[in-house]
Amino acid sequence: MKLLTLNFLTCARKTCKSAPSSFPLHPREAELEVVQADVNLAFLKNILPRLMWGELRTITGELGLPTLPDTAPERSALFTAAAAVSETTTPGVDPEAIDAPEHPAPVEEPEETPTQTAIDLHRILLETCIKEGKLVCGNCGHEYAVKEGVANFLLPGHLV
Amino acid sequence: MLPTPSTSHVCFDRVYEPAEDSFLLLDTLSTSSEIAFLHNRFAQANSKQSTPPLILEVGVGSGVVLAFVAGNTSRIFGRNDILTLGTDINRFACQAASETVRKAIKDHDPSLFLDVVNADLASTIRANSVDVFIFNPPYVPAELPDLSRHDSFNVLSVGQKSTSFEQDSYLLELSYAGGEDGMAVTNRMLEQLPYILNPERGVAYLLLCAQNKPEEVKQRIRDWGTGWVAETVGVSGKKAGWEKLHIVRIWRNSMA
Ligand SMILES: C[S@@+](CC[C@H](N)C(=O)[O-])C[C@H]1O[C@@H](n2cnc3c(N)ncnc32)[C@H](O)[C@@H]1O
Ligand SMILES: [Zn+2]
Repeated sequence: MKLLTLNFLTCARKTCKSAPSSFPLHPREAELEVVQADVNLAFLKNILPRLMWGELRTITGELGLPTLPDTAPERSALFTAAAAVSETTTPGVDPEAIDAPEHPAPVEEPEETPTQTAIDLHRILLETCIKEGKLVCGNCGHEYAVKEGVANFLLPGHLV
Repeated sequence: MLPTPSTSHVCFDRVYEPAEDSFLLLDTLSTSSEIAFLHNRFAQANSKQSTPPLILEVGVGSGVVLAFVAGNTSRIFGRNDILTLGTDINRFACQAASETVRKAIKDHDPSLFLDVVNADLASTIRANSVDVFIFNPPYVPAELPDLSRHDSFNVLSVGQKSTSFEQDSYLLELSYAGGEDGMAVTNRMLEQLPYILNPERGVAYLLLCAQNKPEEVKQRIRDWGTGWVAETVGVSGKKAGWEKLHIVRIWRNSMA
């Protein structure tokens, strides 16, 4: 189960819906795996406003992953626009310099290269998966099991 | 015709096999009128820098519908940064459907598949988060299976190599039996729908059969309050003037 999925889930119990602490669900005793996926830069740029960054930061902290910055990266920090057709950005070159006036930025769909910030974000959101473990509600304490990557949110009859 | 996903890896002894209802959803989502509606709402060209839409399918079964959407995002929505998420009460379906969606994305459009979670309807989905909702429910008027056995039937028990006949029958019953008027499961889902749907751009596609009394269901949805719209946008199996299967599109007209 991908970490980005947790951005859209809460505790399944009706009585928890109105409690702010039912989101996000907290991973416990999680075994992680990295599943490689292609970087979709357009997606990364557009998803930023939909990310609950503080909650994501909590989750990655609980998983023992490297600490995320306090605030989400800026859209502009995710890519560098490559100047000419075959020119690739040399590492260490100031991205600002590439956007210099002699290389006017293309209006539509410029050749863009994801920055390390984008690649790191991609790794966290879409490549880091919970294989085994539990997801715990911060309000009622109910534990949902994740087995072989599939999370089980079915509640026993008396909790529905 | 847009490509239909491959489900050759799915074991149909315990997961719903794509049928007329599934294909009616695929056909409806690829009609020019639905494509125009969805482009107007979601296409990048129409809404620069709008956030990636989240597509939720409840009751994915084999995953054929969700995979169809995930593999044809540029044709259907006019963009590829689409997120897909599924749920099913049947754990075997969750696993099968994930595979179906992954394959479709690899072979066709590179959209973004999240997961299929084992859940009751959309009970675990955050409020206001769903942009496109899809549900082909268990709609047959038939007694609901006894859910008290669900936990033991939903997994292979230790040492068990394959599912038992009884287990398979139970899991398939879950895929079609809809209780009174075939509406018991759908009614529960309709209760959750306004809560999970994005108030501005959310839209739902729901399959109903004639026995579900689609006209009454649509009227009930319109009665949810101002702005709510429910219209039939696809039909199949005309029998003596009775459209057997209907796809109802449910959305809110903005108060502009
Ligand atoms: C008619 S089948 C549709 C399968 C697939 N979407 C298709 O169109 O081929 C209904 C699906 O809903 C699932 N289902 C039934 N009750 C459910 C519930 N309460 N929550 C989630 N899924 C449910 C069944 O397991 C089954 O996979
Ligand atoms: Zn809870």
